[in-house]
Amino acid sequence: MSAAAGSYQYVNKRQRTLVTPEGISVPIVVASRGSRVGALVLDFVLLYVGLTIFVLLMGWIAGGLFDEIADGMEESVSGAGEFIVIVFILILFLARYGYFLAFELGPRGATLGKRATGIRIAARDGGRLTAEAVLARNLLRDIELFMPLVFLIFAPTGEMGNAGLAGLAWFMVFMAFPFFNKDALRAGDVIAGTWVVEAPRTKLAEALSTQGAARGQSGVTGARYEFGDEELSVYGEHELQTLEQVLRDGRGEAISAVHATICGKIGWDPGTGDERAFLEAFYAQLRAKLENDMRFGKRKQNKFA
Amino acid sequence: MKAPVISSWFGKTQIEAPADIESAALRSDRFRLEREGDWRRLEEILKRMERGGLRRVSDEDLLALPTLYRTAASSLSVARETSLDASTLRYLESLVQRAWFQVYGPRQGFGGWLRSFLFGGWSRAVREIWLEICIALAVMVAGTVVGWLLVVQDREWYFRLVPTQFLDTRVPGASREVLQESLAVEQDASGLSVFAASLFSNNAGVAILAFALGFAFGIPSLMLLVHNMAVLGAMLWLFAGQGLTVEFAAWLSVHGTTELFAILLSGAAGLHIGRSMAFPGQRSVLTAAAESGRRGAAVMAGVVLMMVVAAILEAFPRQLVGGMEDRFLIGGTMLALWLAYFFAYRPKNIEDTA
Repeated sequence: MSAAAGSYQYVNKRQRTLVTPEGISVPIVVASRGSRVGALVLDFVLLYVGLTIFVLLMGWIAGGLFDEIADGMEESVSGAGEFIVIVFILILFLARYGYFLAFELGPRGATLGKRATGIRIAARDGGRLTAEAVLARNLLRDIELFMPLVFLIFAPTGEMGNAGLAGLAWFMVFMAFPFFNKDALRAGDVIAGTWVVEAPRTKLAEALSTQGAARGQSGVTGARYEFGDEELSVYGEHELQTLEQVLRDGRGEAISAVHATICGKIGWDPGTGDERAFLEAFYAQLRAKLENDMRFGKRKQNKFA
Repeated sequence: MKAPVISSWFGKTQIEAPADIESAALRSDRFRLEREGDWRRLEEILKRMERGGLRRVSDEDLLALPTLYRTAASSLSVARETSLDASTLRYLESLVQRAWFQVYGPRQGFGGWLRSFLFGGWSRAVREIWLEICIALAVMVAGTVVGWLLVVQDREWYFRLVPTQFLDTRVPGASREVLQESLAVEQDASGLSVFAASLFSNNAGVAILAFALGFAFGIPSLMLLVHNMAVLGAMLWLFAGQGLTVEFAAWLSVHGTTELFAILLSGAAGLHIGRSMAFPGQRSVLTAAAESGRRGAAVMAGVVLMMVVAAILEAFPRQLVGGMEDRFLIGGTMLALWLAYFFAYRPKNIEDTA
């Protein structure tokens, strides 16, 4: 199996159809585990950097107070010092629990890391994503991530003895949970009835059949390319969409390579200088034929079909 | 993510007119060009909604949103059957998905959620898990008794149960005066607010853990409850040994009625998840888990609030108010308030939470 075929199948494996309450089916792709780990790492880097900047800023603003706190932890601390310590404790608490919550409750349904990797959370049943669901999935982060990490760090040192190792094994089960179900649900997703899906933001590209030689004549040579039925029947939908990609990318060497291949296949003599116009015309006529067949219920997946 | 275009910084961007429809050689492209305006308008509305909620969207656009969403969805199903233009199909799929997320996005902002939560949602969620609350209460009482009995049998248990930072003067064999001293008031209030903040952070963490562990069929939640209450049982034994039971109870009741109640609720919420996963009834396990998880999460949001109250009570009134009657009064009032709020306060269900 070639690499391309493998990745094609992999995408299909994560493809789901979600039926909304009014009966419209929305195609949805479950986010890959890799992009979720990436998003998590990004989020933690952001949190860490943010906290570091915060600490540095506080140190710069209120440097003197820190010395005082360090000196007299048990003794009386002045009101301002006390205030700063409280702010610290609360900020740490908020960073741990509030960051994910606040972002996932927003209209994008994704933390900054998730946005960067193009994924978001959604309700599994196609209904509304409620505040309770977001809360539930984030409360479980504790036993899925923080606890296993603590055990990972301390259990191998032997300080906690066999209990530590047992705890490690126990929490690793939670950590490994997403790897043992097909929707990559973590325990928090199970509890909240959510899942993490891809949220692509594609832009609408130009219509190819309105430009260039697709309309008939080549802009460069004025030539008119006409293809016969058997010349067009060598390719199928897969090749058509590959050709579409080549035309949209518009890379010169790819265009001439594809031009040479197609000419070889249909037995034309490949000239030079007017490759793009040739391909545009071929694309438009091949698509017209395949779409016409489609309307009569005849589909040709690829050139082997 | 695309780079911002200058024109999009100034209000509405003009939606460019599609290319001459008749010029398209293909029927499927004509189909696309005829509907492109609607799609782009929908995309524009979605972009504004994703950026900053509903306030940026005009009423007119908001009214058009459901229609545009359905138009896009039906365009998608037609295009799937008639068009081989991969990029248009991909665009439509992502457009319909984005529209769906916005149409079915969170209906209320954080403020609205908080209001419906405080005025009804929270107490309703608590009432819905009454069975688990009873079980958790029984387990907590049992835990206290177990702690007491263990220490009675063997003093060494005290050191195993009570964590080291508690080990100041309150150890077995301490004299009555020393123990009484530990229940006395602080001389001034400085340093107590730091104490409160760290107490809150710590206790809320424990409560969240008790809830989260409910995922494993609730057993670890119960174990956590038993362990925490065994500590209390051991300390109770210590103070009872010197005839200070009532004083200790008064000292504990100031914040304990709130804090133990919160721990009770978090254990019960965890247990609720565990129970509904073990016995889902007619529903599938995943549905049952999701339903109970959301209910439990509502209870937990309240538990965090209760922990804030408990920490403030623990740091200030408990350390500053000395009299036994006063302490009982504060603790008792808090308990009565919570009970009234959860079980007597039943506003009409205005907002459907489904």
